[in-house]
Order: sequence, then C-alpha cells, then structure tokens
Amino acid sequence: MSVSPTLPAHLRPALLADAAADESSLRRFLQGLPGVDPVGVESRAAALATRSIKSTAKLRAIDLAISMVDLTTLEGSDTPGKVRTLAAKARRPDPGFPDTPTVAAVCVYPDMVAVAAAELAGTGVGIASVATAFPSGRSSLEVKLADTALAIEAGATEIDMVIDRGAFLAGNYGKVFDEIRAIKAACGSTRLKVILETGELATYDNVRRASFLAMLAGGDFIKTSTGKIAPAATLPVIHVMLQAVHDWYALTGDRVAVKPAGGIRNTKDALRYLVAVREVAGPEWLDPFLFRFGASSLLNDLLMQRRTQTDGHYSGPNYVTVD
Amino acid sequence: MTLDPHSPGVRAATDWDYAPAPESAAIGRVRDRYQMFVGGSFVDGGGDDLETLNPATAQPLSTVSTASVADVDVAVGHARKAFEGSWSRLSGAERGKYLFRIARSIAERARELAVVETLDNGKPIKESRDVDIPTAAAHFFYHAGWADKLQHAGFGPSPQPLGVVGQVIPWNFPLLMAAWKIAPALAAGNTVVIKPAETTPLSILVLAEILADADLPPGVVNILPGAGDIGKALVQHPGIDKVAFTGSTQVGKQIQRALAGTGRRLTLELGGKAANIVFDDAPIDQAVEGIVNGIFFNQGHVCCAGSRLLVQESVADEVVAKLQERISTLRLGDPMDKNTDIGAINSAEQLSRVTALAATGEDEGAVRWTSPCPVPDRGFFFPPTVFTNVSQSMRIAREEIFGPVLSVLTFRTPDEAVAKANNTPYGLSAGVWTEKGSRILGVASALRAGVVWANTFNRFDPTAAFGGYKESGFGREGGRSGLAAYLNTDDEGI
Repeated sequence: MSVSPTLPAHLRPALLADAAADESSLRRFLQGLPGVDPVGVESRAAALATRSIKSTAKLRAIDLAISMVDLTTLEGSDTPGKVRTLAAKARRPDPGFPDTPTVAAVCVYPDMVAVAAAELAGTGVGIASVATAFPSGRSSLEVKLADTALAIEAGATEIDMVIDRGAFLAGNYGKVFDEIRAIKAACGSTRLKVILETGELATYDNVRRASFLAMLAGGDFIKTSTGKIAPAATLPVIHVMLQAVHDWYALTGDRVAVKPAGGIRNTKDALRYLVAVREVAGPEWLDPFLFRFGASSLLNDLLMQRRTQTDGHYSGPNYVTVD
Repeated sequence: MTLDPHSPGVRAATDWDYAPAPESAAIGRVRDRYQMFVGGSFVDGGGDDLETLNPATAQPLSTVSTASVADVDVAVGHARKAFEGSWSRLSGAERGKYLFRIARSIAERARELAVVETLDNGKPIKESRDVDIPTAAAHFFYHAGWADKLQHAGFGPSPQPLGVVGQVIPWNFPLLMAAWKIAPALAAGNTVVIKPAETTPLSILVLAEILADADLPPGVVNILPGAGDIGKALVQHPGIDKVAFTGSTQVGKQIQRALAGTGRRLTLELGGKAANIVFDDAPIDQAVEGIVNGIFFNQGHVCCAGSRLLVQESVADEVVAKLQERISTLRLGDPMDKNTDIGAINSAEQLSRVTALAATGEDEGAVRWTSPCPVPDRGFFFPPTVFTNVSQSMRIAREEIFGPVLSVLTFRTPDEAVAKANNTPYGLSAGVWTEKGSRILGVASALRAGVVWANTFNRFDPTAAFGGYKESGFGREGGRSGLAAYLNTDDEGI
C-alpha cells in the first residue's frame, strides 16, 4: 500500500505508533490535527444536502440504505417478544416485496443478544450489542469488559462500545485509548464500533480528535451517538468523521467504517448521508461493511419510499409493519 | 445488489451515482424575442437584433432588440424627465414601497429568473437558484429599507440624489449586478439608464417586466441592450450625472479618461487577481473548500475570484493533494442539472481567452493539472485547472484569467505572503486562512484589497461594502458606503 503524501510528516505511519506511545505524545498528536472551521463544515454540509437524487439513483440509494440499517431497540422496556419481532422485521423488512434487501444487523442490549441470535441464525443479519455500561460508560473497566464478554458469549457479532467522555473532555486521552484497546482485545474478531457521543464532545475539533483516537486504538467503526443524547447524528458531524476515515485511509491504507446513529428518521435524511459518504469519504464507503445507519423508525420510511418508487404512487404507514 | 455487511464488498459492481436531475427549461418561459425597456414601455430599438446563445449548447436561445446611439439619447431624456417630474420628489417611504414591491416580485419569480439566468449565462442552476436570484432580491429588500432613512445614514441631514445615472454591467452575474446597480440608485432617488452585457440580456428584461408590474413610474429605469458602442455612448452622454461601471480594467480606464474634467461622478468595479492565503495552521479541509469556492464558483467568472492560491510551503503538498482530490469530485456539465457544480463558460470568445491564457502557463514552465471530469462535446466548457510551480512573474499569476484556472504559489513567512499578495496592480479581494485570530487581523490590515475574507471566500451580502483598491476600481457597492455613491454628500447638498 503506497502511502499518500497528503498528510503532514507528523501524521505519517512511522510516527503513528509513537503517537500513542504515552499520554503526552497522544495529546500532541491529537491537538496537532488541523482544526475544523465550524462555519465552513456546516456550509459544505448544507450545500451537499441540496443534491437532487431522482429515479433510478433514488431506488438504488433506498436499497443501499436499507442494507445499511442497524435496526435498533435500546429501551428499558425491551422484552424477548419485542426483540423477536424486530429480528423478524430485520430478516424480511417488507414481506410484500421479497426482493427488499435485509438490514445489516439488529442492535440490542447484551441481555437480549441470545434472543436475537436464536432468531437470526443463518440469515446473514448481524447481531450488534451495545456494551461497556452503555449509554454513559460510567463504570470500571472490569465491568465494561464483563459486559462485552457477556454480549459476545451470547452471540453478538458486533460490539458497540461507548468512550469515556469525561476522561476525553478532561484531556485524559490515554485512559480513553487504553479502554478502547482493552475492549478491542476482548472482542477478538468481533467488529468493534466506538461510540464517540459527539453531542457531548461539543466541538468539531473534538469530534476529529476523538475519531483519530478511536482509529489509533483499533476501532473498526467510529459511531456518532448512543441515541440517548441530543444532538445525536448531524450532517456536519458526519462530514468531519467521514473526512477523518478518508484521511486515515490515505495514511494507513485501512478503511474504517462509520455509523451515524440517532435522529435519522426519513429517506430524505438518509440520502443526504449517502451523498456525504460518496463525496467526502469516497464511493468505496457506499457499502454496508463500511457504513451503517443506527436507526429504528428510518427503516419504515425507506420501505414506504421504496414502494413509492416501485408502485409509482404513495401508499401509507399502514402498508408496512410497525415492527 | 448483494453486499455483505460483514465482509468487505467488491466495489466496482455497486457504485452509486446520481441520475440526471434537470430543471425544466419551460419554467423560464423564454420568449422568441425581447424588446428594450424605455420610458416605461417595451419598444424596439434602432440597433440590429442580437441573438443570444445558450452557452451550454451553443444554440440560439432568443433574439433581443438592441439600442442605437439615438436610443441612448431618448432613454436619457426619459430618465431626466422621470427624475425631475416625479421620482426625486417622492418621499423616501414611497420610493421604498416600490423597491419592496420589486424585491417581493423577484422572490416570487425566483425559479423562473434562475432558469432564465442559467440558460442565458451558463452558470449551474444551483448557483442561480441559491445565490444569484436570492441575493438580487436581498439587495432590493436592503435598499428599500434605506429609502426613508437617508437623513440618518450619516451623510448630513438631507442628502440629495445625483440625478440620472448611467450604468453598464457585465455578463457574469447579470441579474445580481443589475440589482447591485439599480437598487441603491433608486433608493437614493436617482433615475437609471442601464446597459446589460451583450451575451446576457435576458434576465434584466424579465426584471423589466417586474418593474412594469410594480407600476414604477415611466422612465425611472430604462434598459438598453446593446454592445460596447452603446455602453460608450451611455457613459459619455452629457445628460448623465453619474456613471457606475462593472467590467474590465481596460474599459474602466477608457471611461475614466472620457469623464475626466466633466465633473460627472464615477464609480468603477473592475478586475482582480485575488490572493487566497493559506497558513500552515489553517483548518485545512475547510480551506480546501474555500479555495474551490474561491476559484470555481461561477466557473471562475468572478472579479473577486481567488485566482492565486498562496500556500505556506510547509503544508503546500498536503493542500495541493487534497485540493486536486476535491476538485476531481466536482461535477461539470449541463448547467440545468441540479447536481452540476461547474457549468459552461459564457461565450466562445471567453473560452478562447481562458484557453489562450492557460496555454501561457505551460509555455512559461508551470505544471498544469486538469480535473479528470468528462467534458461535454458541445457548448463552451473548460475543465477545472490548477497550475503549480507558478512564479510571480508568469502571466497566469499576474493577469486576470476570469475562468476556472487556479495558480498555486508558495510562501514561507507572513511578510512574504503579504508582499506577494499585494504585488499586483489589482486589489479587489483576498482571503486569509488560519486558526489564529491575531494573524487574521494583522494580515487583513496589511492587504491592499477592498474585501478580505477570513476562513471563508466569495461571501456576498447587501449590508457589506464591496469594491476595490488600485486598478480594481473605486467606490463601493452595498452597505452604507455603497449608498454614498448615489448621493450628493458634499456640503452644498446639505
């Protein structure tokens, strides 16, 4: 893999290992990243949101978006029954149209993983589980590791961890780094999504730093949000993260995946994210291996819009199943 | 589409691109023939009919009746009569009502105007829709608000209008330039004779319909399509009290020579060769966006375009690589497609000028890079082009190209950046990119340019004064100082 010359010397791979050598190196590395100008990134996001996606491009995008959904239920009121119906929906999103793609995964709490795993065995639909004292992450590393192990033993194929935002905001980048490393080690070959909870990081500079921190520590995905904090995913935030994975690829030759979660409720929004994926990260990321939507209500809007495209007219919410 | 969410996909088979999304040309309601607007009526002029082309297809779009030199005289007469008859005696509040009415009509007919502009000019519909037309309406709204507040504008208790104003505007922002010129002139109580560019006469003639529908008193605004000879006759007409010109420095100099000693007022907004200065502590990704917007907005047909990129040597390779990658994603093609980023060059003449100047870059030893985007096989198109290894002495670093061609130069220190940025006969605009606030202020105050953007570029707002230093002209448009250009602010006027 040839290394692109597009990044300054202090970002080149030979020095990347050094970047995480100790707390102060890590701080120098992360704080040495170029800043993000909020006005600029927001206006670029707004400009790209005006792309007009019509006809065949729209239908194709809808199918792509469906195949990227991590169909999620993360409620205190979740029951085995709720998770079973979610799994059925994931397997066959629109029974009236069997050619509808399946979603990428379902996303549940660790104690519901076994239920989902039983429903989804052999379907190709993944089982993602939040872990590490989701959503706040306020617990010891031991508890977080145990939480992770519990989910994996029950059959999770992907782990969605949260970073310690308190440590990050206090500047203890090493602590955040070590935790991600430890969870990644516990995951083994299970893919790890690192939730930055960008709504609590507050600045785009922090989003970029946290993205690089998660990638340095070996995260397979960088994910915006838990969905429990507002604002969750936004277009400018996803622009910053897509630019980060793009730069990381130029640096290392590795493609890290991205997952916005929370707040993406309709097809129009999803298409805007796909446009950003295409034009900021690059077309290679238009792949459910490299991009996911963490969502619950989005799927039904995608299905309704899909029917509109194939039938030529709008139907209505009663023609798609509630869960 | 079978992509496995749990293993890396095979990309080639699954790329997703946008389907064509053309705006409907019918919305523009382009007629076969347009007439001049003089004395409140649409009339044929004494000049030969002019065929205007759609630059995206090089096919005829419409025919326009043009003015003769005698028509200039007639139009100035109407404007004089309107000035002395009704317009200068109306209260500011009444003039404001007309301007508000015009502003609202532009907003109501925005979609139609955007289509007309794109068909006639070649700029992408997303720009005419999101920038040109809304900003034109904003200029009328802004100046409508001034009309009854002139005595509070800081020009004395009773600033007076100048009289009849002769205005000549360019083809790069046809309607927006008309708004920049007409709105402040009317708000201040002047009457107007205006000549649009030869290649883009249509949108201002749609504006003429709006003026007529607004019941603007006859003769307050007169629109004379025509070529350079009509512009010359207009600016030299003895019945004109003030001339406002936007166009090339060469023509600006001729006008200034012709008006010298006549006592008539003059404001000129001319060419530019703006430096966009990127320091090593800049927000790099947004700087790349700003560079792209600075030079490729409106195909680079912008007098304040950031046509010289001055980048600090320590980040030059990174910035140029990111820039080329970003430029490769720009979509060049049918200006009517809503996803087109770069439209057509306005005319065959301009295309050959851009082509010839770009060729000198290679001849003089600069390294040429051209976006790999496909270029349509008809119409006037020029792909985004970047020259590196450019030195200050090359023509592409000194002359205004007025096209999608960027020259990249490097610098080592802030002083060197400022020296290079100022080393041009022009001085219209500049950009500064750095996360360091004190550097923004220091560099901005050292730059000899009328507009300095910090961490952004090519932002326009009617409240902000726009205008040049040195051979980029004098006088300001927009804001309070733009208003001053249309008022007698001398002591005897008080």
